[in-house]
Amino acid sequence: MNFNLKIWRQKDAKSKGAFETYRVENISADTSFLEMLDILNNNLIHEGKEPVAFDHDCREGICGMCSLHIDGRAHGPGDGATTCQIYMRKFKDGATITIEPWRSAAFPVIKDLVVNRSAYDEILQAGGFISVRTNSVPDANAIPIPKADADESMDAAACIGCGACAATCKNGSAMLFVAARVSSLAKLPQGRVEGARRAKAMVAKMDELGFGNCTNTGACQAECPKSISIAHIARLNREFLSAKFED
Amino acid sequence: MSSFLCNSSVGKKLVMSISGCALVLFILFHMAMNMTALFSPEAYNAICGFLGANWYALVGTAGLAALVVLHFAYALILTVNNYRARGSQRYAVTVQEKGVSWASKNMLVLGFIVLGGLGLHLFNFWAKMQLVELTGAHTNSLGLAPTDGAALIAYTFSQWYYVALYLVWFAALWFHLTHGVWSMFQTVGWANDTWYPRLKCISNLVATIIFLGFAAVAVFYFIRSLCPCCAGSC
Repeated sequence: MNFNLKIWRQKDAKSKGAFETYRVENISADTSFLEMLDILNNNLIHEGKEPVAFDHDCREGICGMCSLHIDGRAHGPGDGATTCQIYMRKFKDGATITIEPWRSAAFPVIKDLVVNRSAYDEILQAGGFISVRTNSVPDANAIPIPKADADESMDAAACIGCGACAATCKNGSAMLFVAARVSSLAKLPQGRVEGARRAKAMVAKMDELGFGNCTNTGACQAECPKSISIAHIARLNREFLSAKFED
Repeated sequence: MSSFLCNSSVGKKLVMSISGCALVLFILFHMAMNMTALFSPEAYNAICGFLGANWYALVGTAGLAALVVLHFAYALILTVNNYRARGSQRYAVTVQEKGVSWASKNMLVLGFIVLGGLGLHLFNFWAKMQLVELTGAHTNSLGLAPTDGAALIAYTFSQWYYVALYLVWFAALWFHLTHGVWSMFQTVGWANDTWYPRLKCISNLVATIIFLGFAAVAVFYFIRSLCPCCAGSC
């Protein structure tokens, strides 16, 4: 398969970027999207040109590092999948593919397709944890947890913090990410005790870092590679509002 | 506790939700009141008389005006915040995400149309009814008694362009409410995956009932103006 790639190139955070078009040829349909970019970079290096910078790590959809906006969609075509799980068979032979970095004021571009997502780390540091002593591992069933609660908690915990939610949201809101963290801990007895403090601290940090306000469009859940539901945002709203009214 | 309603993103959304809920309840009441004009102009005028320049009607009007201002001011504040959060560099290519309604992404534009319609409505009705009573006059600019709401409806909706403008207004309100009503529940946290389809169905129902209720009066009086006997008044 052959493709034309329209890729955002930007020297560094301060430079003005622009699109550049490249051609890749003889790509197997079973090549992953990131492998296709590896082939492009290999060609660029052989031509003595600067390779395209893009984030990647595990390449099996669990680390949350890959972060490309492909043909207008976070993580490209396909639902419930990260960029590294997209294969070239998803595209038409000869297609022009537009590849952009996440666009959000809180995720500034560092270089080409790489953005700084440390804002999510800061939100986590504000409250996405439980304060317990880490002694030896307790017995698995020492604290009984209803299966439904455990399932809901795990659904929320599937969040890999890739940033697709804020990158997709027309408001640049990080609510789905914050909600997933708050919800996964709020549904477990160990996390429940600090629920109010956590919701307040994480929302305050999210606002401070310049993320937008959720207007319930649901675009985040449509593009989330882990298909996390906005029902967790409803729970975050409940947690936050009840915590504020108890103050 | 009070500051989070001004400072926090979730707090500001709560203000939008509560003020929106109050406005929806008022619109339902207003629609029910209008529909009496379909069956009995006399009954409609009795309500108009009851809701004239009395203290309770004035308090209600002032409260409604405050709600509209609050809802709109917060909408502008939230939109400016959101615009900044999105950043100066926009995507070159965008698509409509699956399951995302057009209305949900255009609430402010729809709000402007609703506000424009509200301005027209105040000019057509409020300025010729309650305002006339407040100034102490006995007739409005059309020479009608300020409590003769039925005659005012008949006059306004005998003009096709007002019917068209009001229908555009009601359509914008329909779109606004299809997202706004279920969104109220989501913002206060009364929603989950089981209830989303139900809440969205309720939203569509409420929006459609409001659209049909208001549109029925405008269309009924327009048809009656074209053909007085068609609407059963002969």
